[in-house]
Amino acid sequence: MLLNASGCLDALAAPEVARLLDVFVTKTVTPLPREGNHPVRIAETDAGMLNTIGLANPGIDEFVRGTLPRLLEVGVPVWVSVGGFCARDYAESCARLDGEDVEAFELNVSCPNVASPAEATEEIVAAARMATAKPLFTKLSPQLPDVAGVARAAARAGTDGLSLVNTLRGLALDGRTLAPLLSTASGGLSGPALRPVALAAVHACYAATGLPIVGMGGIESGAHALDLIAAGASACALGTILFRDPHAPTRVRAELAEAAARLGFAQPFDARGVAHREPGAMLPSLAKVPAKVD
Amino acid sequence: MLRREALSVLAVEALGPYALLRTGRGTLEPGEPGQFFMLSPPGRTLPRAFSLCFAPPGELAFLVDPVGPGTRALAGLEPGDRLPVLGPLGNAFRLDVPKPLLVGGGIGIAPLVHAAELLGRAPALLGFRTAEHAQAAALLPGAEVVVEPTYVTEHLSPGWDVLACGPEPMLHAAARLAPGAQLAWEAPMACGYGACHGCAVEIRGRLRRLCLEGPVLAAADVLPAALEAA
Repeated sequence: MLLNASGCLDALAAPEVARLLDVFVTKTVTPLPREGNHPVRIAETDAGMLNTIGLANPGIDEFVRGTLPRLLEVGVPVWVSVGGFCARDYAESCARLDGEDVEAFELNVSCPNVASPAEATEEIVAAARMATAKPLFTKLSPQLPDVAGVARAAARAGTDGLSLVNTLRGLALDGRTLAPLLSTASGGLSGPALRPVALAAVHACYAATGLPIVGMGGIESGAHALDLIAAGASACALGTILFRDPHAPTRVRAELAEAAARLGFAQPFDARGVAHREPGAMLPSLAKVPAKVD
Repeated sequence: MLRREALSVLAVEALGPYALLRTGRGTLEPGEPGQFFMLSPPGRTLPRAFSLCFAPPGELAFLVDPVGPGTRALAGLEPGDRLPVLGPLGNAFRLDVPKPLLVGGGIGIAPLVHAAELLGRAPALLGFRTAEHAQAAALLPGAEVVVEPTYVTEHLSPGWDVLACGPEPMLHAAARLAPGAQLAWEAPMACGYGACHGCAVEIRGRLRRLCLEGPVLAAADVLPAALEAA
């Protein structure tokens, strides 16, 4: 299953790109409208990019009234990314959307560009759980000292799955002035630099919880997606690559099928978790080869 | 419909400190003056936004100022290299104005070349940082050229329908002098098609995505307060 990372695609501005995905994940919606942070909001870095969009969104009322009906017309299942500043914000937004034709919620408890919610992830998940029976995917920061521990806490509170990972906080300076490039100084780092970080988080959380995981962080090719699946992802999301190549979903999907087949997997997601296999256990492609007898 | 294609690089020609990057057109449309394309430099995470400079038959031409890693990578391309290009994107200048005057600053002259092709002999007023940069004025034969410390806005007389592109201070000044001006704005942009929300510019009092609302903005859209004061 292929999704977009929240905030990396606007299905209303580019519905044909959204239709290349299995699920469209909205930009994070907060209870009140947010204009977002002032420019400059993005900067390229050596192996990725920084953003400080600041959760620009119309707020839950306008989202339900104006945005969601048009999103549903695009014809792709919709997950809504929900954000807030306290557990009640998340619960109220989930309750508000519970009767809508939304497939699942992603709880964004990890945006690096706005103040962190006051409560711990566990409380937010528990509050959202009370508000809806729809699937909840909790999106965690890779900066947590113990991401697997927080994943376990989210599981205890009733999350159905995890979205791993959000961006890492980073800073870039203008070489001519040595002043920060972004208006908020630091911002969220995404792209290739995030790839090994995402892999580590997915690997740890899969081992800790076994929950469904949407893996994301620097995927640019099918091989990158396969890595995340092997680490434990049960779905993959594309983020920064969509900025460069809006047709990336089609390419990554084809490359993923090919890369998985090359290793002997009938379906790409058959490779889920194989990075955790016992030492000496073989991949299907190698298992088919008769053992060499000396 | 978003079209992206790896185009063949035909030539990279020096024009003062600038590079004129010429590619094949593939199946992409050249679009209208003011519209832009996202070019993916080799080895970079993000594409870069460029107005089309002009469109010879079967070609696209972009004016590049090699000042950073992305633009240097573009200027370093060689004939035969493949360059992924997405576009055309955004809106365009309205050319059906009675008395057009093309006003450009530095690298901002790029879309005016394309506009001049379609307008015929429209007068142009161009400003550059140095005499070396001013060599790019060769793209607009007959243009009036000024070099800093003189600014184009010092030579801008009233009564023209201004089509302008250049640094933001120049555009602000042009908007004050010519309230009906069309201004091709610029902002850092990660995607060019509304996905990233990176190119926010204050338009009609609110932060909006330049790639969807622009890049060509009405003077009144960007300077309502200044215009009211005037």
